[in-house]
Amino acid sequence: MTRQPGTSGLIFNEPNVWDKSRDGRCAISLPRADVDRAPLDPALTGDAPDLPQLSELDVVRHYTRLSQWNFGVDSGMYPLGSCTMKYNPKTNEVQAARQGFAGAHPLAGEAFSQGTLRLMYELEQYLAEITGYAGVTLQPAAGAHGELAGMLIIHAYHAKQGRQRSKIIIPDTAHGTNPASATLCGYKSINLKSGPKGILEPDAVAAVMDEDTAGIMITNPNTLGLFEEHIKEICDIVHAKGGLVYGDGANMNAIMGVVKPGDAGIDVLHLNLHKTFSTPHGGGGPGSGPVAVTEALIPFLPVPRVEKELDTFKLVSDCPDTIGRMHTFYGHFGVMVKAYAYILSMGPRGLLDASRLAVLNANYIKDSLKDTLNLPYDRPCMHECVFNDARQKSYHITTMDMAKRLLDYGFHPPTVYFPLVVEGAFMVEPTETESKDDIDQFINAVKAIAKEAESAPEKLTRAPVLPKVTRLDEVSAARKPCLRG
Amino acid sequence: MRYLPHTQEDIKEMLAVTGRTSLDDLFDTIPDALKTKNGLNLPDPLTEWELNDHMEKLASENIACKGYTCFIGAGSYDHYIPAIIPYLVSRSEFATAYTPYQPEVSQGTLQGIYEFQTMVTDLLGMDIATASHYDCGTALAECALIALRKNKKADKIAVSDLVHPSHRQIIDTYLKPAGFKMVTIGHTKEGRTDISALEAMDGIAGLAVQSPNFFGHIEDLAACKKVADSKKILFITSFTEALAWGLLKNPGSFGADLVAGEGQSLGIAKTFGGPGLGLLAGTKKLMRDLPGRLVGRTKDTNGEDGYVLTLSTREQHIRREKASSNICSNNGLNAMTAAMYLSTIGKIGIREIAQLNHDKAVYLKSILTSAGFEPAFDQPFFNEFVMKAPKNFKQKRAELINRHCMFAGLDLAPFYPQLTDHYLFCATEKVSRQQMDQLAKEVA
Repeated sequence: MTRQPGTSGLIFNEPNVWDKSRDGRCAISLPRADVDRAPLDPALTGDAPDLPQLSELDVVRHYTRLSQWNFGVDSGMYPLGSCTMKYNPKTNEVQAARQGFAGAHPLAGEAFSQGTLRLMYELEQYLAEITGYAGVTLQPAAGAHGELAGMLIIHAYHAKQGRQRSKIIIPDTAHGTNPASATLCGYKSINLKSGPKGILEPDAVAAVMDEDTAGIMITNPNTLGLFEEHIKEICDIVHAKGGLVYGDGANMNAIMGVVKPGDAGIDVLHLNLHKTFSTPHGGGGPGSGPVAVTEALIPFLPVPRVEKELDTFKLVSDCPDTIGRMHTFYGHFGVMVKAYAYILSMGPRGLLDASRLAVLNANYIKDSLKDTLNLPYDRPCMHECVFNDARQKSYHITTMDMAKRLLDYGFHPPTVYFPLVVEGAFMVEPTETESKDDIDQFINAVKAIAKEAESAPEKLTRAPVLPKVTRLDEVSAARKPCLRG
Repeated sequence: MRYLPHTQEDIKEMLAVTGRTSLDDLFDTIPDALKTKNGLNLPDPLTEWELNDHMEKLASENIACKGYTCFIGAGSYDHYIPAIIPYLVSRSEFATAYTPYQPEVSQGTLQGIYEFQTMVTDLLGMDIATASHYDCGTALAECALIALRKNKKADKIAVSDLVHPSHRQIIDTYLKPAGFKMVTIGHTKEGRTDISALEAMDGIAGLAVQSPNFFGHIEDLAACKKVADSKKILFITSFTEALAWGLLKNPGSFGADLVAGEGQSLGIAKTFGGPGLGLLAGTKKLMRDLPGRLVGRTKDTNGEDGYVLTLSTREQHIRREKASSNICSNNGLNAMTAAMYLSTIGKIGIREIAQLNHDKAVYLKSILTSAGFEPAFDQPFFNEFVMKAPKNFKQKRAELINRHCMFAGLDLAPFYPQLTDHYLFCATEKVSRQQMDQLAKEVA
C-alpha cells in the first residue's frame, strides 16, 4: 500500500500575539508629518487601544506559524460534504488583485467604474445562462445572505399579490440556514419528511401545500447527494396553489451544463460562488451568494441593479417593487472577479466536465466504500455520498472517532452529523479536482481505519495524535466562555 | 482543462467500479425532459495569458487602474496597506481552509480569530466581539433585530439620519418583512443627531447612532446614552471608519450595548466596496443574543491550550428556525487581515495614523476654505467633513478626475436632497500636502 500523507514534523509553538509585545516596537514605518498637528479637544479623545507592539518580523513569524497549524485545500484532500472544497485557482487571485479592481472606490461614479460594472453585468449573464433564469443579483454577501434575499423576494411577491402567506415548507434534509432565513421573513417552517428513497414525494408536498403557504425551499441535488427526481411535479403542485419554489443552489456543482434549475420550475435560486465557482472559503468567508430569478420576479431584486444602455453600464435604484438594499455597496466584488475568471477559464465544456467528474468521483467513493461503511441510501448519487457509523457502533466507534482518525492519516474529514436525517452521518464530497490517485489514498485510509475500529479501537478514540492539539474540550468552552484574551 | 486531473484511463477504471459505461450514465436519475440539450451558451475557454489580457483590459476601464488621489470616504477609505498584510493573508493554509469545524487542524484560523476578537474589544471598549459579519450595514441590521427580540413589546428602531444612508436602507430591508419599522431621527443644524426627537417616541426597542457620523462629525454619545437609558432601550452605535478609535473615546466608554462597525480601513483593499469587514460587539449581558460565530479558548485532552468555535447553540445549524441569525459564512479572511493589520500598526501606529488622518483633514478643510469653499458645519470631526462648494465646482470636479485622476469629494445631494452643492471630503494618511495644495489650486 502507498504511504498515507499524514506524518509528524516540526511545527512551532506560538503564544498569543500580545504576549510577544514589547513597549516601543512598531511594525509600520510611520509617514512623515507634512502638515501641522491639529489636536482634538481632549474631552473627545481616549487612550490608544492596547494593541500589541511588534517588529515586522514578529508579525510575519506569528502568522506564518499560525498558518502552519491549519489544513487547507492546498494542503490535502478536503472532502467536506456540502461545502465543495475544490481547488481555488491561483490566477483568480491575481485577477482580483489588479489595481483597477482592488483599488476601485465604490462611489467613484459610473463613468469611472465601467470595468467593474461590465464584469458584474457579464457575470450576471453567465450565471443566468448556467442556471436558466432571466435575472441575477450579485449583491448577497454569502449563501445564507442569498437565501435571505431569495426569501425576501418571495415575501415581496406575495405582498404584491395582495395577500401575505404565513408558512413555508422545508424538507428535513435542508441546511439549517433555510429555516433561519424563513423566520427572518416571518414565515413559520413546516417540516416535511423525505420519502424512503431519500427524496421528496409529490404526494407529501401536496398534502401540506395550501393557499396560506408561501412556497417550499428545496435543495437540489439534496443534502443526501441525491437528485430530487420529482422536482418538476413538486414545482407544479406548489405553483397550482399560488406558491413559489425556492432552490438552495449550494449543490449546483453537480449539475452545471446538465440541468438548469430554471427549466425545472424553480422560481428563485441562490448560488455560492465560494463553492461551485472555485473562490476560496478563507477559513469561513468572505463568500458571495448571487440569486437568480424568473422573469416575473425581476422587479423584486435588490437595488442597485447593474444595467446596460447601448455600450454603457449604469447602476439603477429606481425599482418600486424591490426588496431594497442588502449590502452597503454592491456585494463582494472581489469574490465576483474570481468567479468570473473561473467561468472564463473553464468555458462551457469545462464546467460540464467539472460537474461530470465531481459526480464520477463521488460515485466511485460510494461504490468503493459501501462494503466498509454503512450506506443508508444505496442509490446513484450526485456530487456527494452519505455514509454513517451503523457498522462501527458495535465496536463503540462513532463517526466522530473515524473523522478524527482521518486527521492522523492526513485527510480533512468529511462533514459529520449532517444531514440530520442520517444518524451519525459521514458525508463525503470529493469534488472534481481530486485525482483518482488521491481518492484511492483516501479510500484506503477509510478502509484501514475501519479495520482499526475492530482491532485497535483505542487508536480511533484517542485520535487525533499528530495535529498540534488533541481533541478539545468543547463542553467547557461553551459552559465557561472565554472569548477574549 | 488544467484543474481537472482525470485521464481517459482513470475515467474508464472509475466508471467500471460504479458499473457505468459512460459519464452520461451517471445522471440517469435525472428525468430526460429536464436535461439541458444544447450545452451552455458561454464564451469559449481562455488560456491563462488570454485571461490576463482580458482582465487587464476590463480593469483599465476603471479609473482606479492608474492610481488616483482619493478625497472620498463615505464608508470606503483609502488607507495604506503594508506589504506584509496581503503577503501573509494569502498563505493558502488560511485562504483555502473552510470554517474551522475540525479544530485540531484549524488552530491557525481559530487562534487568529480569537486574537481578532480580543483586539476588536480593545479597539471598541466592549466585552465581546464576534468572529465578524459581512459589513457594517448588515451588522447594524442584526443589532436592530437583537434589540427587537429583547423587547417584544416594541416594534420600532430609532435610527439617526446621519447613519450611513446605505445602512439605513439595509435596516429597512431586514425589518420590513417581519412587520417591524425603522423611524428616522433628524439632525440639528450643527450636523449632529437631534436626540431630543427620541423623547416623544413610543414602542422603540433601540436607538442607533453613527459616530463619527456620515458628515464626519463626532456625536455626543454620552447624551444619546442618557436618552436611551431614560427610555430603557438598547443603545446601538455604529461607525464606518475604524481607525477613528485610535484617537477618539471608544463607544464602550459611553455605555454602548451593541456596536456595529466597518473594518475595511484595517488593511482591506477598497475593491469596489466589498468584501469589507463587519465588526459586531456587545456587552457580556448580550453574549447569547449575538449573531454568528464566536471563538473561545479551551484545553485539549493533554491540558494544552487550544481554541474552538463555541456557543453554537445560538446558531442556525443547531437552532434552525429559532437561531439568533441565519448567518453561516462570515468575512473570516478579512477578519484575519484586520488582526494582522492591527498587530502591524500596534498601539503606537494606530494613534499616529489616526492623528495624521485628523491633521490632514483639518489642513484640507482650511485650504478649501481659502479656495472659496464654505464649511457647512462647525463641529469636531475625524477625517471627513462637509463643504458647500462654489457654483462652478461640479464641472471642475469632473475635469480634476479626467485630468489628474483626483476625486474631490462626494456629492451629497443624492443622499440629502436639501444639501445641493454640498460635498463630503475625506483625507487619510495617504494624501500629501502637495496633493491637497494642488486640489485647492485647481478648484480656486
